[in-house]
Amino acid sequence: MPHPALHLAVEIDGDGAHPAAWRRAAHAPGELLTPRRTAQVAAVAENAGFTLVTLDDSVLPPASAAVGGPAGRIGAVERAAFIAASTSVIGVAPVLATTYAEPFHVSTRIASLDHVSVGRAGWVLGVEESAEAARAWGRPRVEGEPALRREALDGLQVARDLWDSWEDDAVIRSVATSRYLDRERLHYVDFEGETYSVKGPAIVPRPPQGRPVVLAPAGLVPPGLVDVALVEGSSPAVLGEAAAASGAPLAFAELEVALDTPGETAAERIADLDRFAAWDEGAGRPPGRLRYTGSAQGLADLLEELSAVVDGVRLHPLVLDEDLAVLSRLVLPELFVRRIAARPLPGTTLRTTLGLPRPESRFATTASASATAASATTPATTREGNR
Amino acid sequence: MTGTDPHDVPRPDARLHFGVFFQGVNHWTIWSDPASGSQIDPASFRKVAQTAERGLFDAFFLGDGLRLRETDGHIHDLDVAGRPDSLAQLAALAAVTHRIGLVSTSNTTFNEPGDLAHRLASLDLLSGGRAGWNVVTTDNAWTGANFRRGGFLDHADRYTRAEEFLKVARAIWDGWAEGAVTDSVEARSWSVPGTIGRVRAAGAQFDVDLVPALPRSAQGHPVIFQAGDSPDGRDFAARNADVIFSAHGRDFDDALGFAEDIRRRLRAAGRPEDALRILPATEIVIGATEKEAEEKARWVRLEQVTPATALAVASRLWNLDLSERDADGPLPAEDPVVEENTGAFGSARIADPRGVVAEWRARAEANGWSLRETVIELGPQRGHVGTAAGLAEKFARWVRHGALDGFNISPYLIPDGLDDIVDLLVPELQERGAYRTAYTGTTLREHLELPPLA
Ligand SMILES: Cc1cc2nc3c(=O)[nH]c(=O)nc-3n(C[C@H](O)[C@H](O)[C@H](O)COP(=O)(O)O)c2cc1C
Repeated sequence: MPHPALHLAVEIDGDGAHPAAWRRAAHAPGELLTPRRTAQVAAVAENAGFTLVTLDDSVLPPASAAVGGPAGRIGAVERAAFIAASTSVIGVAPVLATTYAEPFHVSTRIASLDHVSVGRAGWVLGVEESAEAARAWGRPRVEGEPALRREALDGLQVARDLWDSWEDDAVIRSVATSRYLDRERLHYVDFEGETYSVKGPAIVPRPPQGRPVVLAPAGLVPPGLVDVALVEGSSPAVLGEAAAASGAPLAFAELEVALDTPGETAAERIADLDRFAAWDEGAGRPPGRLRYTGSAQGLADLLEELSAVVDGVRLHPLVLDEDLAVLSRLVLPELFVRRIAARPLPGTTLRTTLGLPRPESRFATTASASATAASATTPATTREGNR
Repeated sequence: MTGTDPHDVPRPDARLHFGVFFQGVNHWTIWSDPASGSQIDPASFRKVAQTAERGLFDAFFLGDGLRLRETDGHIHDLDVAGRPDSLAQLAALAAVTHRIGLVSTSNTTFNEPGDLAHRLASLDLLSGGRAGWNVVTTDNAWTGANFRRGGFLDHADRYTRAEEFLKVARAIWDGWAEGAVTDSVEARSWSVPGTIGRVRAAGAQFDVDLVPALPRSAQGHPVIFQAGDSPDGRDFAARNADVIFSAHGRDFDDALGFAEDIRRRLRAAGRPEDALRILPATEIVIGATEKEAEEKARWVRLEQVTPATALAVASRLWNLDLSERDADGPLPAEDPVVEENTGAFGSARIADPRGVVAEWRARAEANGWSLRETVIELGPQRGHVGTAAGLAEKFARWVRHGALDGFNISPYLIPDGLDDIVDLLVPELQERGAYRTAYTGTTLREHLELPPLA
C-alpha cells in the first residue's frame, strides 16, 4: 500500500494567522476587503495545489480587531462563492455557525455553494459563543456548552435532511405528463428539535455532491455526522491520538506555520510582528495547537511524519502573502515529489478528491437509489444540464 | 404613434433601463423545449448575466421564495423549481461579470438585519458597488414553518418590520467613516481609531447591538428595490426605495397611472419625483414581422399554459381541485369557492374570484374558447409582442412620457431567451436614442442614474 495521500487545506481569512499579519502583507491595508485581493489569494492557493481553502467567519468583526488588526471581513459564504467562480479545482469551505443563523438558510447557502462550484463545497461548522454575538443577532443568548452543542447539532441535522429532501432525480422534465418535478422524490423533512422545527423540503435541488463536505472541530457533534474532524494537539503523537479518537471518516490536523523566506528567518518574521501583538495571546488563538517555525524542508518532513497519523492538515500561515508563496514554491512541490500529497484533479468533486463516497439521500427510494449509484460520480447538475 | 410634438413629451431624452429577472418559479419559464437548459447549473446563470451585460443592462435579478409552492397540499410539480441562495449565486456572478448590477430579492421577515446587511454589503464589495436588494416581506405561517420562529409576524406588521430592518441595515452600511482603514503598516492599528461606530437599535422588531465589519462600497451601499403593490407597499417604496419592480408594464394607461400614483406618494414622502426608477416586470416576444411575432407568442403561450397548467390556474381561481377536468373543454360550471385558506400557497392571491370567473365565462362564451384558451387569453398577461423596431418605437414613447423607466425582463427560455432582445431590440432602441450605447459608470447606482448617496 502506498502512503495514504495527505490532504492539504489552508485557511485564508484576513492576511494570515498572526493578528498583525496585515503589516507584512504585500498590499495596502485597505486592499484586504476587495474582490481583487480575494481572487488573488484563492488563485495562489489553487495554483499551489491545495485541495481546499477554508474561510473564517462570524457575525462579529474578526478577533484580530481587538489587538489592532483588521476590523473587517467579507462574509465567508459570499467570498467562497466568488472564489468558486474564479477558480476551477480547489475546494471552498466557509465557516458558518448555526448558533443563531436559521438552519434553513444555512442549508440553502451551503447547497448553493456546491451548485455554483459544481461540487467543490465544504462547510466548517462554527459556533458563536460570545454574548456579543447574541446581541449582534438580536436573539436570546445561547449559553453554556450543552446548549451550544445542541444548536450546532440541530442545525447540522436540518441541513443534512434538507440536502437529502430532493432526491437526485427529482427534476424529471416529463413532457408527456407536463411534470417538471416528481413530487414523490421530494420530501418534507419534518425536523423536530428541542427548540424549533423545520418543515422542508429544500428550495434548492440536491447539491452535486449529495451532501457538501462537513468539517467540524473534533467532539463538537457526533462523528457520524461529519466528514472531516479538525483535531488539535501540540505534537504529532497527540494529533495522532486525537485523530484516532475523533471517530470521523477523516481527521485533519490544525497546524500553524511560519516559514523562512529568502530574506528572513521565520523567527525573525514572527519577532517583527510580535512587536505589535503577540501571536500567542488574544485574537481567539486556541491553545495547544501545533506550530511549525522554520524551513520549507523541515515542514515537508513534519508533514511526512503527520501523514502517518492524520488524513490531512489545515495550515494556518503566519502571513498569507509570504508563507503561501513559500508553500507554493517549495513545500507543496516537495510533497508532490515525495508522493505524500497530490493536486486535486480537474472535474472532480471535493468528496472524490478526499476519497469520500457520495451519500445517498436518506429518503431515496429503491428505484432512484440504483440510478444514483450508477452515476455516483456525475454531479446532478451535469446530468440535468444534458438532460 | 410617431411624430408626437416633442414639446408635449415630458422627458424627450429619457432612456430605458433594462434588468433581467431570472425566474425561479412560475410557469412562464418554458422547460419543455429542447432549447431549454438547466435552472440550476451555474453555466445558465453565467450565460444570462453575461448576455445581459453585453446588452448593457443595468441589472441581473434573482427572486426569492422560502418554501416550495404547493397546490392542494401537494408540492406544485408543473413548473420550474429549485434555485440557489441569491446572495451566493450573485457573489459567484460578481466574479464573472464586470459592470452589470446584481440584485438579490431577500425577505425581511425571515432574516435578521445584522446578518443580512453584512451579506449584502459583502456582495456590494465583491462586485465593486454593483449590489441591489429587492426588499420583500412575507407574513405567512406556512413559510414560517421552515424557520425557528415560525409564522410570528402579523400581516399588518410586515412593512413595519421591513422599514425598521432597512433602517438598521443602513446604519450598518454607514458604520464605517471614509478612510477608516489606515494606509500605514506602522500605524497603531489597522482601523483608524474613532472611525467605526457601534450600531444600537432597539425598536418594536429589533434589539440589536453590533459593530459593523465592512466599509462602504463604491456606490455607498446596495440600491434598494421594492416589489409590493398594496398601498402600504407603495408607500414603503415611496419612502425608502430607489427602484420599484412593478407589475404595471403591459398597458400604457395602467403604467402611467401607476407612475403618477408613485410620484404623488414620493411628493408626500418629501422626496423628488425623479428619486425613484420604475421597472415593471415584462416578457418580450420578438419576430421579424408582426405576424411572425404573433405566431411565436402563440407558441410561447401554448408551451407556458399546458393543459395541466391551465387546470392548475383554474383550480387556483375556482379554489377547487379541477385537475381531472378537460382543459380543452368548457369552463367549469361551478361557482368559485371563496374562503380564506385556498390550499394553494406561494402564489399571489386573487382579489375577487367571483367577478373574474363571471368575466371569463362571458368572454369564453362569446368567443367559443375552451378553458385552456381562456386561461391563455385572460389569465395573467405577459408583456409585449412585436418586431424589434415596433417595440423600440413603443418603449421609447412610454419612457419619454414618464410611464416607466424601463423593464425588468423575464426571458421565457433559459439560458438563451435574452439573445434576441440584446441582439435585435437593444440596437433599435439605441438608434432612437432611447438606450445607452456604453456603460458610463461602474456601479448599479450610476447605471440607474440615481443621485449619489450622501
Ligand atoms: C414584480 C414582482 C416581483 C416579486 N417578486 C417576489 C419575490 O421574488 N419573492 C417574494 O417573496 N415576493 C415577491 N414579490 C411579492 C412582494 O414583495 C409582496 O410581498 C407582494 O406583492 C404582496 O405585497 P403587497 O401587499 O404590498 O402587494 C414580488 C412582487 C412583484 C410585484
